[in-house]
Amino acid sequence: MITLDIQNLEAKIGEKQILKGLNLQLEEGKVHAIMGPNGAGKSTLSKAIVGHYDVSIVGGDILFKGKSIKDMEPEERAKEGIFLSFQNPVEVPGVNNAYFLRTALNAKRVHEGKEELNAAEFLRLMKSHLSELGMKPDMISRSLNEGFSGGEKKRNEILQMLILEPDVIILDEIDSGLDIDALRAVSEGINKMKDGKRSFLVITHYSRILDYIEPDYIHVLKDGQIVKTAGAELVAQLEEEGYDSIAIEQ
Amino acid sequence: MESTELDKAVSGEYALGFEIDIETDVAPPGLSEETIAFISKKKNEPDWMLELRLKAFHKWQTMSEPHWGKLEYEPIDYQSISYFAAPKQAPESLDEVDPKIIEAYKKLGIPLEEQKQLQGIAVDAVVDSVSVTTTYSEELSKHGVIFCSISDAIRDYPELVKKYMFSVVPMTDNYFATLNSAVFTDGTFVYIPKGVRCPMELSTYFRINALNTGQFERTLIIADEGSYVSYNEGCSAPTRDDHQLHAAVVELVTMRDAEIKYSTIQNWYPGDETGKGGIYNFVTKRGLCKGDNSKISWTQVETGSAITWKYPSCILKGDNSVGEFYSVAVTTLAQQADTGTKMIHLGKNTSSTIISKGISAMKGQNTYRGLVKIGANATNARNYSECDSLLIGSNCGAHTFPYLESKDTQGQVEHEATTSKISDEQLFYLRQRGINEEDAVSMIVHGFCKEVFSQLPMEYAVEAKALLELTLEGSVG
Repeated sequence: MITLDIQNLEAKIGEKQILKGLNLQLEEGKVHAIMGPNGAGKSTLSKAIVGHYDVSIVGGDILFKGKSIKDMEPEERAKEGIFLSFQNPVEVPGVNNAYFLRTALNAKRVHEGKEELNAAEFLRLMKSHLSELGMKPDMISRSLNEGFSGGEKKRNEILQMLILEPDVIILDEIDSGLDIDALRAVSEGINKMKDGKRSFLVITHYSRILDYIEPDYIHVLKDGQIVKTAGAELVAQLEEEGYDSIAIEQ
Repeated sequence: MESTELDKAVSGEYALGFEIDIETDVAPPGLSEETIAFISKKKNEPDWMLELRLKAFHKWQTMSEPHWGKLEYEPIDYQSISYFAAPKQAPESLDEVDPKIIEAYKKLGIPLEEQKQLQGIAVDAVVDSVSVTTTYSEELSKHGVIFCSISDAIRDYPELVKKYMFSVVPMTDNYFATLNSAVFTDGTFVYIPKGVRCPMELSTYFRINALNTGQFERTLIIADEGSYVSYNEGCSAPTRDDHQLHAAVVELVTMRDAEIKYSTIQNWYPGDETGKGGIYNFVTKRGLCKGDNSKISWTQVETGSAITWKYPSCILKGDNSVGEFYSVAVTTLAQQADTGTKMIHLGKNTSSTIISKGISAMKGQNTYRGLVKIGANATNARNYSECDSLLIGSNCGAHTFPYLESKDTQGQVEHEATTSKISDEQLFYLRQRGINEEDAVSMIVHGFCKEVFSQLPMEYAVEAKALLELTLEGSVG
């Protein structure tokens, strides 16, 4: 089963075309890693999927569960079950982390025709996940990402992912700025989300994170296109020979 | 993001723009000695008050309107305004209050009928130039608390009024205060006796209703030694095409160890997006921490008015006295606000805190203007100021003018100022989590105002949040 189906996608940032006919299919329950040199279009791809305002799609389509989402508002895509873990989560002063997250969860639940969670029910849920991720209880009352360390921000992204239970998870450079303990906690959180149904799109520049989250597929993104798709064994080759070797193969 | 979309999200409808359909006694437009004599007579005032009014009027005639504020507005024709308007039936008791007024106040969320009165909140209801009723007065008098209209106080407590009126804001303090001194109509008088903690929240709700009239209320609150009171004011006005003038004066006095907490939710009619209509709000508010260890705290949420010119201030005369100013000022549509505070440190070990949050949207212009003055004898004075501005869209503006005058070199003064736009990144982050755009804007704005809202009494904090939502989101009609 294909969850996310990206067809011949062409996208611009400003006047500059970044994605040039990109094709990618995410399979149910699989971990897909996107690797590629700087400037290849990795972040543009993740932004295009979630409807970021920087990106305009000028050709092709993005289907999610068989339905085109390329003209949907970002919040609609989110409620359908697409989650992006941001590379640099923004600080939102004065907005209580728990309140924010409960609002997000309830928006999704209403969309799915479920009852909203009240404050007490939500707090129980949030607390159980906090301890799993080795996060302090004050994460409930602190302002969203405000004054968080790099590691705290990334853990907070994973916390949101655990609570919102999305169907497609995009992890944009999730390992950047993490020490080894934080990396382990974050990876454990991600691995817990593997349920045979969810698809993961791991966007990374380095292979380090792939030691922790085992990918099923490696896609190499270069100059706005997927130029190679292979199994996890490709990581070793990329490590050794770099991205240039892929270009020669093409 | 498309700025028109944002505009739609921040041009909330004014929900309180209805008119109370009652017969009104209105003085003919114009300002003269006769007008003042008319007002004084209408209020059955003693001669000494009339004399003071006339003195103020003569001084006012020699003054000119100040224009140092960062405000642009059409000239005010003081002779075209009516200076007195009152519902025709003068009620002797609550039973005689026009049911339409009771109905209107109910619409404003303030039930006046005895059985429905707000728990723990006493209300003085003012329509145009008169106070129509004051709730819980008897209950309060058991504690020795005086809570009545200023007109009643002039007749019933002349000694207190003579002693304290004009003692904080001198009669000729500034153009608008002087005008108010001449023509003030109604407002609230509060006296809290020694050692009494006022058992309930006191509040005044001002309603401008009549066409083409100004409202000039005057409030005087005295907290005697060791007493405490929390006082709140709210206000609104009908939607009208013409500008209406509101020039109020508020004076607060705290004796030794006393505290006054004064909260305002200002929601005068703001006019439309082209600048048509709306209230011109020129207000002088000042508190005197007269005794040692006393405290005055101003909290204001300013969402209404076409023009706001207002600087609730504290004179920290007593040693160890404390002044606070917490403000959220919102300007959207074509609103302009020039607001801030003055903290005048005179006593030793005095301290003041200023937290100002300005929010501008559409064509709104928001200016913070603040003065921290530290006198020669104010050793060890401390001030902390924080002025933050939030811009929504790109046609609005925020300006900050902090002034510092210090004669004492040991004082500690800290000032921080930030200006930020509701960033597209913040908005997008929240939307990527499934929160729709309007809720996301509202969440960011509430987060921005949190420090100020947390200073409001609970009921008012809820009201302020709802009002902010209404002003900025246009989703509720």
